Amino acid sequence: MPLIKEGVLAEDNWQSLADEDNLVDGPIVVSLERWQEERESLLARNTPLGLRLRSDQSPALVVDDLERFSVVALEFPKFADGRAYSYARLLRDRYGFKGEVRAVGHVFRDQFLLMQRCGFDAFEVADPAAVEAWEQAVSEISVTYQPGADARRPALALRRSRPAVA
Amino acid sequence: MYRYDEFDHTLVSERVHQFRDQVERRLAGELTEDQFKPLRLMNGLYLQLHAYMLRVAVPYGTLSSTQMRKLAFVARRYDKGYGHFTTRQNIQFNWPKLEETPDILAELAEVEMHAIQTSGNCIRNTTSDQFAGAAADEIEDPRVYCEIIRQWSTLHPEFTFLPRKFKIAVTGADHDRAAVRVHDIGLQMCRNEAGEVGFEVIVGGGLGRTPVIGQTIREFLPKQHLLSYLEAILRVYNQLGRRDNLYKARIKILVRSEGIESFSRMVEEEWSHIKDSALQLPLDEIARIENYFAAPRYEHLDDNVREFEVKRFEDREFASWVRTNVTAHKQPGYAVATISLKPVGKPPGDASAWQMDAVADLAESYSFSEIRVTHEQNLVLAHVKKADLYALWLGLRDLELATPNAGLLSDMIACPGLDYCNLANARSIPVAQRISERFSDLERQHDIGALKIKISGCINACGHHHVGHIGLLGVDKKGEEFYQITLGGSADENTAIGKIVGPAFSYDDVVGAVEDIVDTYLEYRTDGEEFNDTYRRVGLAPFKEKLYAAH
Repeated sequence: MPLIKEGVLAEDNWQSLADEDNLVDGPIVVSLERWQEERESLLARNTPLGLRLRSDQSPALVVDDLERFSVVALEFPKFADGRAYSYARLLRDRYGFKGEVRAVGHVFRDQFLLMQRCGFDAFEVADPAAVEAWEQAVSEISVTYQPGADARRPALALRRSRPAVA
Repeated sequence: MYRYDEFDHTLVSERVHQFRDQVERRLAGELTEDQFKPLRLMNGLYLQLHAYMLRVAVPYGTLSSTQMRKLAFVARRYDKGYGHFTTRQNIQFNWPKLEETPDILAELAEVEMHAIQTSGNCIRNTTSDQFAGAAADEIEDPRVYCEIIRQWSTLHPEFTFLPRKFKIAVTGADHDRAAVRVHDIGLQMCRNEAGEVGFEVIVGGGLGRTPVIGQTIREFLPKQHLLSYLEAILRVYNQLGRRDNLYKARIKILVRSEGIESFSRMVEEEWSHIKDSALQLPLDEIARIENYFAAPRYEHLDDNVREFEVKRFEDREFASWVRTNVTAHKQPGYAVATISLKPVGKPPGDASAWQMDAVADLAESYSFSEIRVTHEQNLVLAHVKKADLYALWLGLRDLELATPNAGLLSDMIACPGLDYCNLANARSIPVAQRISERFSDLERQHDIGALKIKISGCINACGHHHVGHIGLLGVDKKGEEFYQITLGGSADENTAIGKIVGPAFSYDDVVGAVEDIVDTYLEYRTDGEEFNDTYRRVGLAPFKEKLYAAH
C-alpha cells in the first residue's frame, strides 16, 4: 500500500503482521494483543518494533512501553471514526512520543490536514492518486484557530505577535 | 458585531475553494456520493427529499443588514425566493443546485458568512440568547464567548469526526432564553464568591429520541480556562462516546452511563494536563473580542417616551403588538422588538427575499443595522428607540411581519417535517398552520397568554417537542400520520421534559386535541398562572379526562 511521508511516496520498510502470521525478519508492526502476549520474545529479537492500535485501543494502555516502539500505527476502521485523532494528540502532546505516528485503514486526502495537525506523520493510502493530492490537501487551508501537535501557529498567536495598531 | 480580520477572511475563502474542488471532483465522478457525503455535510449541504438543502451559519444568531441583504440575494438568485430560519439560529435554502453551491458560498464569504460545520458530527454553530447585549438581567454579553468558541471549534482537527453532532449554547442572563440545559454543553455565565465572572458548565443535555436535562459538571469555570475545559470534555467524549449505535452516540448517553461524578473526574484529569497550555485565553484576547460587542452608541434618553405612549393609547393594533412583541431594554428609552415569522397559516420561520431586504432596511434605520435570529424562529431588532417603535411597526405591517403573537400560542416551533425531510414520519408545518388557523383570533390568543407549542415530525425532535408546554410528535401508525402529545415541557431555567398525555391523535384530530388542552387550561387556571403553573398544580388527569372522554 502506498505510504506518504514528508509529502512524498516513501518506501515502507515495515511489515504489518496479523496475529496468526509467523514472525519475519526486519522491522515489524504487531497488534496490542500480540505485544502483550509475546512481549519478551519480541523484545529479544532486537529489531525495530511497531505497534498497531485499533480505534478502541488508546495509547494510554501502553504508556510505559512507548519508548520501545519506533512506529505507532493508529487504525481508522472507517472515515467517520475519529478516535485516533485524539490518540495522536495524546501520543505527541501528553506522552512525548517522538517516533512515527502512522494513519492506516480508511485514509483519504480530505483528512490529511486534520491528521497532520493532530500529529500523524505517515499515511498509508489505498488510492495512489492521493499522493499527488498531498501538497494541495495540507496547504489549501492556511489558517488555524487552535493549537495542534504540528508546527502551525494558530491565528491567536499570529495576531498577538503583530505590531500593535495605534 | 464581530468583524473578520485577515485570518478569518483567509480561512473562509480558502474553505470555499476547497469545497469548490470537492464539488468538481463529485461532478467529474472522481468521488462517489458515499465519499462525497461526509465532505458536503461538513459544509452544511444535505440531500433531502426533493433537492439539496444548504444550511448557512448565522453565528449565535447575529446578522448585519449587509449580511441579511446577501441572504435575500441568495434566496432570489439561487433559490425560490425565500429562506427558512431554523431553531439553531441558522438559515436554510431548500432548492440550491449542487453545481451552484460553491458560488453561493463565495457570495456569502464576501459578507463574512459561511456554512462551515452546520452539519456533520462536529461542533456545530454555537447558539445564544437572542436578547444578548440588550437584556437587563445580563451579566455580560455571551456572544463574546460564542465568537471565541466559534473560532476555536472551526475546522478543529481533533473534533471533526466525533461520535455524533455536538451543540454548545451560551447565555449571560439569569432568564435562560438559550435552552442551555438541553445542549451537549451549556454555559451559564455567573459570578463566584469573589465577584469574578465565569461559567457554570452544564453537560449532557439534549432532546432527540432520549431527552435528557443536562447536569452541572463545574459550578464555576474562570473565563481564561474556557477553551481548555471545552477541549477536555470533547477529548473524553471523542474517545469514549459510543460509535456502535447512532442513537446512543450523543454525549448525554455517555454522561448518563458513566454517571456525572465519574465523567467529571475524567474531564478534570484531562483538563489538569491542558489547563495551562496555549489554550489558555489571554485577557487581552478576551478584551479584543469584547470590543467588537461594545454597546452601540445609544442616545441618552428618558425612559418615558410620550409620543410612544400616545400612539399606544391611540392605536389598539399597535398596542397589541407592543404587548407581545416588545421587550424591555437595559438602556433607558430603548426597547427590543421581536419580528414574528409566524403569520397565521404560514410555515414558521420562512421569510421571503423581499421581506429579508426590507428587514435589513428597517434594522439600518432603527436598530444600528443589526438583526438577531431567535431559536424560536423569529427575528429581533435588539436596540430600537421607543420613539421609533411606531414607525417600525408601520413598516413591519406593510411587510406582513407585524403579527402580534410573540410568545403566544401561534408562535410555534415546527421542524420542516415530511414536506421536506426524509427522516420525518409526519408533517409538521401543515399542523402548525392548521393550529394557527384554528386560533386565528388574536384576542383569544392574548386571553390564553404565553404558551409554547412545539412540533416535531419524528423522534429526532428537531421541533423540540419535549420542551414545549404542549409538544406534538409525529409518529407513523401503519402508514398513517399520528401525533403523540406531551404536556409540561420547558427549555428555560426551569427545564422540564414534557409527559405523554395518552394515546396519539390522528392528523385530523390533533388540532381539536390541542384546543381541548387549551380549554382545560383556561378552565383550571387561577389568576396569573401560565400553562405550566396550572399543569404542575393539577397534573395530567384533567387534561386526559377532557381529551379521551371527548374522542
